Amino acid sequence: MSNTVFTPTGVIYKSTDLPKATTQDHKKLGLSEEQVIHLFKEMYLQRRFEERAAQQYQKGKFGGFLHLYIGQEAVSSGVNMALQPNDDIISAYRSHGWGLVRGVSPRAAMAELFGKATGCSKGKGGSMHFFNAEGHFWGGHGIVGAHIPVGAGMAFANKYLNNGRIAAAFFGDGAVDQGALHEAFNLAQLWSLPTLFVVENNGYSMGTAVNRHTATDIYKRALAYDMDHAIVNGMDVFSVYEKVTEIARKIRETNKPCFLEVRTYRYRGHSMSDPGNYRTKEEMDEFRETDPIERLKSYMLKKKVATEAQIATWSEEIEAQVLDAVEFAEQSPFPDPAALYQDVYAENDYPFHI
Amino acid sequence: MAELQFREAIREALSEEMRRDETVFIMGEEVAEYDGAYKVTQGMLAEFGPKRVIDTPISELGFAGIGVGAAMNGLRPVVEFMTFNFALVGIDQILNNAAKIRYMSGGQVPMPMVFRGPNASAGQLGATHSVSFENLYAHYPGLKVICTSEPADAKGLLKSAIRDDNPVIFLESEQMYGLKGEVPEGEHLIPIGKGKVKREGKDVTLVAHGKMYHVAVKAAAELAKNGVECEIIDPRTIKPFDLPLVLESVRKTNRCVIVDEAHPFAGTSAEVGFLIQREAFDHLDAPVLRVTLPDTPAPFSRPLFDLWYPSAKQVIDAVNAVTYRN
Repeated sequence: MSNTVFTPTGVIYKSTDLPKATTQDHKKLGLSEEQVIHLFKEMYLQRRFEERAAQQYQKGKFGGFLHLYIGQEAVSSGVNMALQPNDDIISAYRSHGWGLVRGVSPRAAMAELFGKATGCSKGKGGSMHFFNAEGHFWGGHGIVGAHIPVGAGMAFANKYLNNGRIAAAFFGDGAVDQGALHEAFNLAQLWSLPTLFVVENNGYSMGTAVNRHTATDIYKRALAYDMDHAIVNGMDVFSVYEKVTEIARKIRETNKPCFLEVRTYRYRGHSMSDPGNYRTKEEMDEFRETDPIERLKSYMLKKKVATEAQIATWSEEIEAQVLDAVEFAEQSPFPDPAALYQDVYAENDYPFHI
Repeated sequence: MAELQFREAIREALSEEMRRDETVFIMGEEVAEYDGAYKVTQGMLAEFGPKRVIDTPISELGFAGIGVGAAMNGLRPVVEFMTFNFALVGIDQILNNAAKIRYMSGGQVPMPMVFRGPNASAGQLGATHSVSFENLYAHYPGLKVICTSEPADAKGLLKSAIRDDNPVIFLESEQMYGLKGEVPEGEHLIPIGKGKVKREGKDVTLVAHGKMYHVAVKAAAELAKNGVECEIIDPRTIKPFDLPLVLESVRKTNRCVIVDEAHPFAGTSAEVGFLIQREAFDHLDAPVLRVTLPDTPAPFSRPLFDLWYPSAKQVIDAVNAVTYRN
């Protein structure tokens, strides 16, 4: 046993294999042209918002972490369209896209990144902790895997209150190695909690490729709990929409949870400080060919849902919206010093004593 | 007034609040079919049914997290830990999620919930089953921490804790569950953050909560035989701490001994001692002393355990020291 190796190193391989996309067109999926256009605009907004956010970060306009969702926009948009607006969503720290599809305005989102009082969490959460409780978006969570049982708890409340809503918890492939996932799976299956657990498998747990950090295919986590499961191509918004629509219907009918593995890809680093030397240019290039926004754009042109000119106009409008958000964030005030002690407790007489 | 055991007072608080509010439920290990590991929830499954009295697997991280999610989404969970020693495997849910989500969301997300169960030593159970956690939970902003010593306080404060809109840590004791006391019936609410002078005295202030209150009572009885009158304050709530009550007493007695069933370094006694010297320095005729556990894990062996556990003798010695009687 002279050659003892634990995690294999220095091996170049492809981190994720994409399953085949759906062959159904939008009409067969029950989507109107307006809905397809909405998906495009929403995904493009997420993309441009984050590209501008990265630029502002690099200019030193704000600090902290910045984890970009770029490449994964078909997941947030596809899922959001498939769920009811009052179904509960909770996500990990790559939370900008989720906020934007769940009612956080680009202005409030950018202001949050800038740490301003007008931010979606009043400047107290930052990039990792976007929230919009009114839009049933419950954060934005920074401890890997810790929000998975919380998502099951939201489903518990929905079942307890018999309100017809389901809860969906989104996390990255790194989170599947946490015990919290297993405890949540066991409880959700045992108690029939109407929960959609979704791993956004983007191939890397920070810089560690999937097959270097987890022992089996991720969806197989569900097998041990007899949980329904599926795999879907996360670079195709229609595939995500189709699968989540089907799963959500079943969860609503049976209360039984489901584990969905979405195969996707993040084009940017784990965070802004990531040199990316754990993956190859070839892999990056290959996945760039699958860009979910370009894919939808080509589809819209081919199916004559939109013209080049229309797409260009919408893109410009979104660009203007994002630039307005940057301007808004810049101009917004920082939180008042008194805000430091606000929202720690429900009462406003805190600190109890200094 | 009825005479109830500590466990019955807690049960009465839980049951009354569950009758009053449909969104209150209790979950934890052995709370339902087994009738409670320490019989706190005895009979509650029969009254409230399995929707609201829920047995969990031994999965503290999982069910603490489910409690957090339920609290965010419209319910008022009471999460029972069989002991707070076991809460350590779920503590991420308490410290990172329950305590912080309101703040991180800019106040958007509610977190009305109670984590409760026994805390601190229950005799010779060894090092992992004997830890007291008041100071740990009190250290982190966002939580309230209650640790009572008598059944009436337990009922009144647990009812307030369940109605409170913040996450509350409610600490009990295996060794006190059988302790009896007069408990007011029905709507008996004690405000969180209010301590109580439980024995009046002019010579020295003893601050003691939980099981240590009873150690202080024993010491005070002995000291009274020698003409030393202790004033005993049971803070009942650790956070927010009733500092004005303690200061009022210290300004009268000019001496203070804190009795705390916890380790000394960075313990509740350290914080309370600091606050007293800062606020009442000119009133003190002696340094504030404290009786605590030593800075060691709990030993099993009986003689070592007796050496480890705070005693009335140590309290008497400390009182003698601050009154310069030895």
